Amino acid sequence: MSEVAVGRIGRSSASSLYYRHTLPVRTMHWINVVALTILFMSGLNIFSAHPALNWGRSSYDGHPAVLEIGAIQDPAGKLVGVTRIFGHDFVTTGWLGVSKGRDGEVMATTFPSWLMIPDFRWLAMARRWHFFFAWIFVINGLCYVAYSIASRHLSRDLAPTSTDLRSIGQSVADHLRFKHPTGEAAKRYNVLQKLTYLAVIFVLLPLVILMGMAMSPWLDSLWPGWIDVFGGRQSARTIHFIAAWLLVLFVLIHVFEVIISGFWNHMRSMITGRFSVEQRVAHDAKK
Amino acid sequence: MLAGCDSLSRSEWFPKVLSAAEELNRSAHRLLGGRRSMAQEFTQADLSPDFRSNGTADPDSAQYQALADNGFADYRLQVDGLVDKPASFSLTELRALPRRTEMTRHDWVEGWSAIGKWKGARLASLLEVVGVKPQARYAVFYCADPMEANGTGLYYESIDMDDAHHVQTILAYDLNDHALPVKNGAPIRLRVERQLGYKHAKYVMRIDLVESFAKIAGGMGGYWEDQGYEWYAGI
Repeated sequence: MSEVAVGRIGRSSASSLYYRHTLPVRTMHWINVVALTILFMSGLNIFSAHPALNWGRSSYDGHPAVLEIGAIQDPAGKLVGVTRIFGHDFVTTGWLGVSKGRDGEVMATTFPSWLMIPDFRWLAMARRWHFFFAWIFVINGLCYVAYSIASRHLSRDLAPTSTDLRSIGQSVADHLRFKHPTGEAAKRYNVLQKLTYLAVIFVLLPLVILMGMAMSPWLDSLWPGWIDVFGGRQSARTIHFIAAWLLVLFVLIHVFEVIISGFWNHMRSMITGRFSVEQRVAHDAKK
Repeated sequence: MLAGCDSLSRSEWFPKVLSAAEELNRSAHRLLGGRRSMAQEFTQADLSPDFRSNGTADPDSAQYQALADNGFADYRLQVDGLVDKPASFSLTELRALPRRTEMTRHDWVEGWSAIGKWKGARLASLLEVVGVKPQARYAVFYCADPMEANGTGLYYESIDMDDAHHVQTILAYDLNDHALPVKNGAPIRLRVERQLGYKHAKYVMRIDLVESFAKIAGGMGGYWEDQGYEWYAGI
C-alpha cells in the first residue's frame, strides 16, 4: 500500500491517492468486461435460434415452456412482439419479439439487433464468438482466483471480517440512502460489496460456466447423468440464461454504484490503480 | 463496437482465429474423458412423445422416393473407400448385424432436446465386416436428401475413427420400437451420441472411409460444416 499526499496545507480537507487496484487485478477486470460483454451478446444470438426455455431433461416432456419469445401479426398486419412467461402473454414490441433490425426496419427478431453479436440471426458465427471468448473468460477467471489467493487479495480485501458481518444492517441502510463511506473507510470494500463480489465470483460465474458445459453433449458423457443434478439439459439451458441476466443485473448495479460514488475516481483506480481518499488535515497532522 | 464485430465476422481472418476454440474444445474434451466415455442413457419414462423432425423431413429426390414407395426393399447401403472388401448391405443384412438399443438424448444445435429409443446395427461391427485399412481416418456418410431447391447439395457428414468404433455409434433403423419414419431419416440414420444433431446424418446411402475430407464438397467435412458450423459438434 503506498500513499501519495496531494493535499495542500491550509485547506480544511485534503485528498491522498491510494493505490487500490494492482496491475493484475486491473488487467483481468477489463479482460473480463470484454469477454463477458461478447459472451452475453453472442449468447443472445444463440438463444434466438430457439427462443424458448424449458425445464427438464428434454424439450418435449409435456411441460409448457418457462419462457417463449415470438412475434404475431395483429389484424392490421402489424408485427407485435409477444413474450410468454409461464403461459402469460406480455406485449414486448420494441424489445423482445419485434424490434428494429440493423437497417432500422421493424422486424421479427428475438432481441434487438444492437444487443446481439453478430447483429442479426447467424447461429454458426455466434457460436464461434461464444466459444472463443468462453475460453478467454474461463482462463482469465482461473488466473484471477489463483492470483487473489496467492496475493491475499481474497483474504485481505474480499473476505468479510466479523465486524463487517455485524454491520450488514447498517450497510444496507447506507446503500438505500446512497450514503458512501469517506476517509479511511472508503479504502476498504463495504460488507455488501464484499458479499456481492464473493457471490458473483464464486457462485454466479461458476454456475453460468457449469451450465454452459452441461449443454455440451460430450461433456455430459464425462459422468453420465451429472446434469440431472440441475434438472437435465433443458433446465441447465434455462439456468444458464437466468444466470446470464443476473450477471447483467449485477453489472447494472455495479456501474450505478460506481457512477454515484465518484465515477472518475473509480475509473482512475481501475485504470491507473490510484484511488483518491478525502482526508481531514487535522487527522493528517497527527501522523 | 457492433459495426466492428460485424465486419470482423465477415472478414477472412477473424473467424479463423475464433475457430481456434473448436480445436481447444475437442482436445480438452478428449483429455478430460478419454475416447470411450458414454452418453447418458434414459428410461422409457423419459421418451419424448413425438420426435421432432429438423432439416429434411421428406427428401426431394426421385431416387429416394422410389426406394420409399417400395418400403426400402431395394435399399442398399454402399460401404467403400479405404476398406479391404467394399460391400453393400440390404436392410435385412443390416438387421442381422450385431445391434444395440439405446435411449438417448438428441441435442439440436439450435437448443432443443428430445429423447428417443434407437435400435440399429453397430457401426464397429459393420466396419469389421468390410475391414478398415489403417490409413483411414474418417468415415464419411453420404445421404439421399438434397439441401438445395434445385436438387443439388446432398447432405453429408463425417466422424473420426474413435466415434466410428464407439459402442453407442449405430446405424439406426428403428425409433421408439417402430421402423424409422421418413421424417427422422428412414431407412438408416447415424447415431453419434456425444455430438449435436447435425452429425446424426439421416437417409444414409453410402459410407466412404477416407484419409481426409478436404476434397469432398466444401472441404469442411459436412453439409453444415461447409456453412460455417464446427466439425467437432461435441458442444
